[in-house]
Amino acid sequence: MGILDGKRILITGVITDASIAFSVARLAQEEGAEVVLTGFGRLSLVNRIAAKLPKPAPVIELDVTNPEHLAALEANVREHVDGIDGVVHSIAFGPQDALGGNFLNTPAESAKTAFEVSAFSYKSLAMAALPLFGERGGSIVGMDFDAQVAWPGYDWMGVAKAALEATNRYVARDLGAKGIRSNLISAGPVKTMAANSIPGFDRFEGVWDGRAPLGWDLTDAEPAARGVIALLSDWFPKTTGEVIHVDGGLHAIAV
Amino acid sequence: MATQEEILSGLAEIVNEVAGIDVEDVQLDKSFTEDLDVDSLTMVEVVVAAEDKFGVKIPDEEVKNLSTVGDAVSYIASHAG
Repeated sequence: MGILDGKRILITGVITDASIAFSVARLAQEEGAEVVLTGFGRLSLVNRIAAKLPKPAPVIELDVTNPEHLAALEANVREHVDGIDGVVHSIAFGPQDALGGNFLNTPAESAKTAFEVSAFSYKSLAMAALPLFGERGGSIVGMDFDAQVAWPGYDWMGVAKAALEATNRYVARDLGAKGIRSNLISAGPVKTMAANSIPGFDRFEGVWDGRAPLGWDLTDAEPAARGVIALLSDWFPKTTGEVIHVDGGLHAIAV
Repeated sequence: MATQEEILSGLAEIVNEVAGIDVEDVQLDKSFTEDLDVDSLTMVEVVVAAEDKFGVKIPDEEVKNLSTVGDAVSYIASHAG
């Protein structure tokens, strides 16, 4: 028996086996879910990584900024499952000049790209997946990095995450009537492909482990993934528009 | 245990399959990024395919040090089980 028995979950954002989304997919399968992945860019790489999951999972191409891909999502998913009970949004991108200490000089275009790919896409994905949800509704979960404070180097990605947090609340408001919950996991830093492309990510090393009451392992995506699984399950039935911190408790501690 | 030559030819097949680069261009002294024009995501796929093929784990921190084909061949040769 798993807490996702019988559920069908659409998971974006797998690119390597270090991806938080990969841990989510693995745990979802272990907890009884049927998983469909979407991939962006190097589909051949996503397919190789998908093959490392406990069970086979189909991979659908999805660029969340491409209206044609979004329009085709429902039909593409229906080739594999007849509906879904959950969606995981694990997608973010900021151009290099939007990150790494260039905050005051970032051009609007780059900040807009960070917003479009990392925040607006949450609404786009929710809407593209909406026809796949049944009458019982379901759960949408996104990946956040605490946007209440300013971080070194995170810059316009931090602004985009603040927008994601707000987008989450509005999606929760507008899809609540359909029984669809929308929540974010605000995770501590995990060394993924995405993290490797954030200049100054190494400045988090040590800081987190010293300050988080529960400690934090930058190489372990499983705590964040477990939070996602919990939100996908039936065990948060009346939680929506929420941001759950899975960060070892760091957000609660000043120094 | 694979020989240096076997690893090189196996790696060349992977680079060909993943990045579309001619097998004969994949030589020990070639740099992945500068000579073969392999970008970072393509390199990740080369690494994943090499791990599967040679039964070796190449940690992310190591990947940065594998600038030439020869670096990758030596790493695989000394870590393959």
